[in-house]
Amino acid sequence: MLELQHISYQTEDEKELLYDINLKIDDHFVVITGPNGSGKSTLAKIIAGILTPTGGKILLDGEDITGLNITERANKGVGYAFQQPVRFKGLTVKDLMSLAAGKEAKVSELCDVLSEVGLCAKEYINRDLDGSLSGGELKRIEIAMTLARGAKLSIFDEPEAGIDLWSFQKLIHVFEKMVQATDGNILIISHQERILDIADKIVYLKDGQVAMYDSREKILPNILKNTGGGSCQVLLDKGKEA
Amino acid sequence: MDAIQKNILKEVADLDALPVGAYNIRSNGATSARNTTANIDIVTKEDKPGIDIIIKPGTVHESVHIPVVVSQAGLKDMVYNDFYVGEGSDVVIVAGCGIHNCGDADSAHDGIHTFYVGKNAKLRYIEKHYGEGEEGTRGKRLMNPTTVVHLEEGAQMIMETSQIAGIDDTTRITTADLAAGAKLDIHESIMTTGEQNAVSNFTADLNGENCSCNIVSRAVARDKSRQHFTSRLNGNNVCSGHSECDSIMMDEAYVLATPELAASCTDASLIHEAAIGKIAGEQLMKLMTLGLTEQEAEEQIISGFLR
Ligand SMILES: Nc1ncnc2c1ncn2[C@@H]1O[C@H](COP(=O)(O)OP(=O)(O)OP(=O)(O)O)[C@@H](O)[C@H]1O
Ligand SMILES: [Mg+2]
Repeated sequence: MLELQHISYQTEDEKELLYDINLKIDDHFVVITGPNGSGKSTLAKIIAGILTPTGGKILLDGEDITGLNITERANKGVGYAFQQPVRFKGLTVKDLMSLAAGKEAKVSELCDVLSEVGLCAKEYINRDLDGSLSGGELKRIEIAMTLARGAKLSIFDEPEAGIDLWSFQKLIHVFEKMVQATDGNILIISHQERILDIADKIVYLKDGQVAMYDSREKILPNILKNTGGGSCQVLLDKGKEA
Repeated sequence: MDAIQKNILKEVADLDALPVGAYNIRSNGATSARNTTANIDIVTKEDKPGIDIIIKPGTVHESVHIPVVVSQAGLKDMVYNDFYVGEGSDVVIVAGCGIHNCGDADSAHDGIHTFYVGKNAKLRYIEKHYGEGEEGTRGKRLMNPTTVVHLEEGAQMIMETSQIAGIDDTTRITTADLAAGAKLDIHESIMTTGEQNAVSNFTADLNGENCSCNIVSRAVARDKSRQHFTSRLNGNNVCSGHSECDSIMMDEAYVLATPELAASCTDASLIHEAAIGKIAGEQLMKLMTLGLTEQEAEEQIISGFLR
């Protein structure tokens, strides 16, 4: 279980990106959604230890992990699939999958995990994880790495981005399976209705604050209401003038 | 051969025992073992130190190993090796030089390797340089390899060089000329540490129609070491040339990259890419989210980069 208490985050130039976030994530499958720029990725980075919150506490299974670095949190069971996968010159898919799994990965094991994300291991394991892979391929491997870790808390930041429709269907299936197989928590950041549809609970983040956090049934209708029209004040004012 | 020499042989040529095929092992300035085959002859030069390696036309799937071991402190070894790779052959040549210096005098190995690669021949040339010493000794390990490549029509050469550890001072010079349809691929990996100094200088003359050259240099400079990389591609015909110099800087190192492109033909297409920078923070972070410490992550990134 993950608990965030009064988490706030300010950039160095004092821009407030998150205000007083309070969340208890104890359901299997929680989706964080909200407009672009609302602070979703920032929150994920704070949980993974990539960013240090300016205030508040993070508890994992009751233990305060706020002071732990990225590595220590990873070893406590936090997994994080980045929104933008990182490229490496000279490190192969096999190397990274092995590092993720914490042991030299066997081809058969790689086949299992990579086929979950729709990739044929044979064609990919010896390829460098660099610019020669397509955006969607990189994204799938990013997801596969987090699957391979099998962490207590797995965070996926917009796993659907750049993934074609057919594979997306399969991906939903993978998450469903993962939810059934694990007794940990899966936290997905997503804009996709299909992913919201299978959530136990949904967090709606807006302007760096938790605007809503409840069961899917309660949240979904509200989100749809909220997402009409633009929110840029300049444009709104312009509309009034016209 | 003693244990030190055997270990060096392992480092530079990945050899535990005598290799199969043709070989010439040079140890402390003299040939210590040699084997020739029906298609590959090795002949000691009469006028200067070094050997001629003569590969008959049409020789395929054969290899030549020519490791050099310097384990005597203060030895300054200089060799001239000429390689004649016959028309239509397809061979692998593994060269390597290792210096073990446990004295206070400098040890050096300077080599000039000249390749004459015949029409439509294919050559893969692997060269590894390595140095080791003992703590508290002052003798430097110096290595200055010069490689001269002549590619005839349709000849192809892949050259993989690496110098990962232990060479205090090096000047590496590589020059090449390419005839029509020839293809040259160079992949260099260098790491310098401590106060080491490395200069690497490539020049390729793309003379023949539709010849192509690709030079990729990957370098890591740590501590207070210094590196200077120069590459010059001369496009004298319809040709394509690409050079890439990619460096990771750490600590207080210094890296200078000076790419040069020169064209005397409007249909020459030459590209250069150069990048110098520290290890990308996001790469470190990604590996740390997989449970590696920052130092382990650094090691993984560097060893992959230099592979
Ligand atoms: N270092 C920074 N300095 C200033 N602003 C920043 C910095 N990092 C992020 N931001 C801003 O913080 C806001 C939140 O960014 P974040 O990446 O968390 O959004 P998000 O909800 O993940 O958006 P998306 O749906 O587009 O992925 C954005 O407006 C972004 O421009
Ligand atoms: Mg985001």
